[in-house]
Formats: sequence, C-alpha cells, structure tokens
Amino acid sequence: MFYREAGDFKTSYVDDSQTFPIRFDRYRYYAVLMVAFAVIPFFVDSYWANAILVPFLIYAIAAIGLNILTGYCGQVSLGTGGFMAVGAYSCYKLMTAFPDVSIILHVIAAGFITAAVGVLFGLPSLRIKGFYLAVATLAAQFFLVWLFNKVPWFYNYSASGQISAPERTVFGIAVTGPNTEAWAKYLVCLLFVMVLAWVARNLTRGTIGRSWMAIRDMDIAAEIIGVNPLKAKLTAFAVSSFYIGIAGALFFAVYLGAVEVGEAFGIQKSFLILFMVIIGGLGSIFGSFAGAAFLVLLPVLLKNVLVGTLGWPTDLAAHIELMIVGALIIVFLIAEPHGLAQLWRIGKEKLRLWPFPH
Amino acid sequence: MKLKLASVALGALMAAGPALADLVFPDLSYRTGPFAAGGIPFSDGYQDYFTLMNERDGGIGGVKARVIECETAYNTEKGVECYEATKGEGALIYQPLSTGITYQLIPKVSADKIPLHTMGYGRTSAANGKVFEWVFNYPANYWDAASVAINYLLDENGGSLEGKKIALLYHNSAYGKEPIPTLEALAAKHGYTLTLLPVDSPGQEQKSQWLQIRRERPDVVLMWGWGVMNQVAVQEAANIRFPMENFIGNWWAGAEHDVSPAGAAANGYKSLNMNRIADYPVFEDIRTHVHAKGLAAGDGSNVGKVLYTRGMYAAMLAVEAAKKAQEIHGTPDITAEMMRDGMEALEMTAASMEALGAPGIGPEFGVTCAEHGGSGMGIVQQWNAAEGKWVALTDYIAPDDEVIAPLVEQDSMAYVAENNLSLRCE
Repeated sequence: MFYREAGDFKTSYVDDSQTFPIRFDRYRYYAVLMVAFAVIPFFVDSYWANAILVPFLIYAIAAIGLNILTGYCGQVSLGTGGFMAVGAYSCYKLMTAFPDVSIILHVIAAGFITAAVGVLFGLPSLRIKGFYLAVATLAAQFFLVWLFNKVPWFYNYSASGQISAPERTVFGIAVTGPNTEAWAKYLVCLLFVMVLAWVARNLTRGTIGRSWMAIRDMDIAAEIIGVNPLKAKLTAFAVSSFYIGIAGALFFAVYLGAVEVGEAFGIQKSFLILFMVIIGGLGSIFGSFAGAAFLVLLPVLLKNVLVGTLGWPTDLAAHIELMIVGALIIVFLIAEPHGLAQLWRIGKEKLRLWPFPH
Repeated sequence: MKLKLASVALGALMAAGPALADLVFPDLSYRTGPFAAGGIPFSDGYQDYFTLMNERDGGIGGVKARVIECETAYNTEKGVECYEATKGEGALIYQPLSTGITYQLIPKVSADKIPLHTMGYGRTSAANGKVFEWVFNYPANYWDAASVAINYLLDENGGSLEGKKIALLYHNSAYGKEPIPTLEALAAKHGYTLTLLPVDSPGQEQKSQWLQIRRERPDVVLMWGWGVMNQVAVQEAANIRFPMENFIGNWWAGAEHDVSPAGAAANGYKSLNMNRIADYPVFEDIRTHVHAKGLAAGDGSNVGKVLYTRGMYAAMLAVEAAKKAQEIHGTPDITAEMMRDGMEALEMTAASMEALGAPGIGPEFGVTCAEHGGSGMGIVQQWNAAEGKWVALTDYIAPDDEVIAPLVEQDSMAYVAENNLSLRCE
C-alpha cells in the first residue's frame, strides 16, 4: 500500500533509473533530509551533538568507506583505524601548517592523502585475497599507528604525543575547537555525510561500481569479460580510503578535538567499523547508516536507560550493555545474515504488497 | 531510523529532569576494562568522602553534595559522552583520572568555565595558571614525579648518576610519554643515559621489553604504567630476576593490586606516592558514617588502600576548595566559576590536614593564580610482600624546579601560541 508502484508512471530513462524510483520512498528521503537540515539544527544541544549525532554521522562516513571496499569490491580490510589516523594526522598537519585555509578544504585534502596511502597499501590486493589480504591490511593498521607514535613530526613535537585541533572557522563560524556551537558541528558533519553518501550511491550504481561488484562476485570471470582488476581494486581502495580519511579528519577535528593515535585509532576501531558494515549489510549504503546507528546509538541508549532511568550501578550497566549488544549482534546475524539493510529490503517488499500479500 | 527515533524520544525524556540545588561533583570513573583495577578503588574513595560529608557534616557548608557517576572505561569517546551528559547538571569540578580524557576536556572546560583538577596526571604544563585558567594539577604532576625519582636516585648514589643507565618503561600513550622531556633534560644535567621502552596499551605484552632490559642491564628501571600493565611488568621483572629495589614505579604504578599477583617475588619493588598511606582517623569516620549505613561506593573492601586513599584525598581537596569558595563568595550555593576561585585560594597545611582527620596525607602546599601545580613533592615507598603493605622509605622529596620550571614555561607557551591566548595574573 505504501510502496505502491501503480500510477507512478515514468516517461524518461532518467526517471526510470533514479535512486528512489518509488514515489513514497523518494518523499520519505526528502522528508528525512528536511528534518536533518531544517529541524534538528534548531533543537540540537551539545549533548545530542557531541555524544550522539556527530559520532553517528562520522561513523556512517567511515562505514560507507569500508562498505565500498569490503561490501562492493569484496576486499576485506582491517586497516580502517590506521587509515582514519592518516586522515586525522594529515588534517592536523594541514590545519597547523596553513591556518588561513578553510578547514573544509583541509578535511578534503586529508581525504586525498588517505586515498594515496590507501592505494599504496592496496597494492598487495592485486596478488592476494581473502584472509591473506586481511592480514596485509592488518599490517597497515599496526604500521600506521606505530608511525604516528614514533615520528614526532606528525604531532608537532608535543610532549605527550597528543594532537589537538585549534579553532578553525567556516564563514566566520567556529567548527573546530572548544567554542564550536552544537549546531555548527552537526551541520558540518551532516553536509559531508550527505554529499559523500550521494556520491557513493551514484558511484556504486555506475560503471566503477559495477566493475567493483564484478570483481567481488568472481574476479576471474570479471577479468575475462574485460574488467581491469588493477583499476577496479585500486579505485576501490582509493575511494574507500578517501571516505575513511575524511571520517578520520572529522573524528579528530570536529568530534573529539584531541586524540592520541593508539587509543583513538587502534585495532578496535577497525573491528568496530567492520562490525558496523557487517551488521548493517554488506554492499548497501543504507546498511552503513543502519550499522553505524546500531553500534553508536544503542550503547548510549542502553546506558541512559540502565543508569539514568533504572539507576543501576555504572559498572553493572556497562557489563550488561556489552552482553545485550553482543547478544543482539548474534540474534541479528542469525535472523538475517545479510544485515539490517536486508531486513529493511524485506520490510519494503512486504509493504509493497500489504495488505494483499497474495 | 526507528532506533534513532526511539533514542530521540528517550533522550528527550531524560534531558527533562529537574535541577536540584546541590553541589554536583561528577565522578568520571572506570569500573570496567583493563584499567578498572585502578579505577575502582579511586572512585570508591572519591565517592565515600562526599557521602561522609553528607552523613557526618550535613553536606558542605550546609549544602548536600551530589555525586554523579559515569562510566568511561578509560575511553576518550565515552569520556566526552560523560562530560556532555553531566555538565548541564551544574558540575563544579571534573576529575577524569585519565590523561587522554584530560586532553579532550582542557579546551572544553575552558570554554564552559568549569574547573578541571587532574591530580598527579594530565597535562603537566597546566601547572602554569597564567595560561591554564581552568585547569589545576596540584599537588604534583608527572614532571615532578620524574624529578622526584631522579632526586631519590641521586640521594641513593651519593649525589651522582654519572654513567648510570636508566630505562623508562612506559605506557605508549600521552600518559606514558609525559615524563620523557624531563628525564631527558635531567639526563643532560646529571649524566645518566636514558633508554626508552614503550609498551603498547593495555600492556599485557611486555616480553620483548624485558628481554631488552635483560640484555642491556640498566641500573634502574623507572615505570610509567597503569592498569594491567603494572601487574605484568612486576611479574616480568620477577621472571628475569631483575633486582626489585632498582625497579621504581611512578605513583600510578604503586598500589597493592599491582604487586600482589607476583606474590613474594614482588618484595622490594619501589614506587613513588604523593599521599602517605596510614590508618587515618577519617577512615574510621567513613566506616561508621558511610559503610555501617550501607552507603559504601562499590563493595566497600578498599578502605585504606593506596588508590582509595588517593581518591579520598582528591575528594578532600575538592571539598576544601568548595568550602574556600563558599567563604570567599559568602554563599553556600557556589557555581563552577566560584569553585575555581576557591581552588586558586586553596591552602593545605599540616594543621588543616590534621583537622580533617588525615594528618600528613599530602604535602603542604598553596595554590595561587599563577601557580596551579602545588609543591610537586612525593615520597618513595617500598612493597613488603610478607606483610602485604607499602612502607614509606623517605619523607616528601622536592623536585628539581630549576629543570621543570623552564619546561613548563616552554610547553604552556606553545599552547598559548596554538590557541592565541593572552596571559592572566599580570
């Protein structure tokens, strides 16, 4: 009933191949954008921005990035944390070296630097795959974290090895540093998320995305029909690292404001983002959002319910929270191995037929 | 999307709680994760002292203290969440017990105008009150600790460390890296060679570092460890039969739970401390007024332990500063900004510590507008495994201010340049 195609006539190929071909779906998408851009900024307070929305948006970018590599191109990567660190540190170096250039440009430049590093570490993917590639990217993770710890140039020789984001503005409004208003933080991240998700969605629908998926589904067959594996794999690494680099730069500059590499970008971050992608759904942009929401928002929600509402001791709540999240991950993966995105897809199919399922 | 909406609804519900006229002391604790062994006793001591104030004295200056506990698991992202969740409640002071979270909070508290007290941890150059208006690290900081350790060694070795080999085994994080500049400056001054041995967090894997120690045979190993790293290091030192009396931890690597797993082999291990361990009268009050009434934080088994005492000392300094603020501003209902004035006027003397039921718990010190770092003194204590307790070896040892003051100046000025600040107190 809701997802009705009847009466929704398409008169051109452009109409027919749009991202949301069903009218209801399209309006829902516009409504979400409306709320995100025109309603939330007026109501968001600093708790909502700093503890919930900004981390959700940034993790969503990282998850989209990893989804391009792992979900669309089939190359398993455990180096996400390391690549986020590249984004964060290049953003820091650029911010401090060129204080007059806009922070937005720095974040994008950080993405390009990370893309270059990603391509470098993606080279082994031309010869190895599967678990062996995972181990090679794991090496990238450890090497990059070690590098940023070891070479003082990266953290401007500060005594503690911490990097801290100085205040930078966009159109005169602070977006990094302690005086940032909640809505400014939120809007900057939202803007990046919207543009990047839109680009990702269209990349994956186009030629490049199809060549990635061909490589994912069977690399030998793809090569035989004329997909260049070198180009496909390296573009996947480049685009994925670009996204992850931007996520890392925002994570450092806008969200936390100060990081140390081992704590913020360690192996557990790589796993966290990989879990987001797996739980959300491999090969789905919506899945990246769903996975990020699940792993960022659920712990905060549980904490607020268990400690804030029920008044449990904090340690008990923290342990129970781990158990609940862990159990839910298992339940979800048993109920739907293809992730939350597949549940959403099935739900839409059902709604299309409802209330006449036969 | 559904999840998001549900959490939106719930969060809105939560945000609408009424504001009570209490003195709010958030406790960003960690009772889970690899650092919980240190986080639990500290938090227990911190909370118990505020409960004692409420139960025995009817609050601070007649106003009840309210502690809001928030679990950070020593994780900076959760630390930020905790800060944002509690700051709106009228928080007077933050003590996150984590150097990583401290670095996050320094710019935030400066913007929100809430004092941050990092007792013996955090950013060392915050001792310079001219630069860091809202950050305090009295009574001592990491660079003091490094200098106290070296001064102790100088004393042991007849005033000269010429040609000695000292290894620093440190947690590879902001926390562990803090003492390096001081130890390097002191190496240049006293002529010892310094070997740096980083241990990656959380610190369970130290075989290669101890292999290197066995090969290079340093005269002394200093340790900047925390959480599970300490226990592993003491065990590894015992395994290679490193002479324990030459193994000195800083004050975060010298609690009962750090040495007890190694049993008798840990006998003789030394560590610094900034607060003396004794059976203070105030513990008796805590037992009668807090524990006997069933109000103990945690399971109540930690009273008198090293980190419990330190947590209680941290709360004691906060309460004294709050009383000072009430006195200065003539109102019992102080705000965070008034609290800061109280902290800047804080004066701890032997008499005042005795009056609080904890004679000699810390060094005597005073805080001023320009000087947020206290005296920087520390003691050296040694573990007696047979009796299962720490024995103080020295009285309070003063750090080498000649070396530390320029380092503090240099690092805090770098912060000024990075953030375009102007100096205060001039």
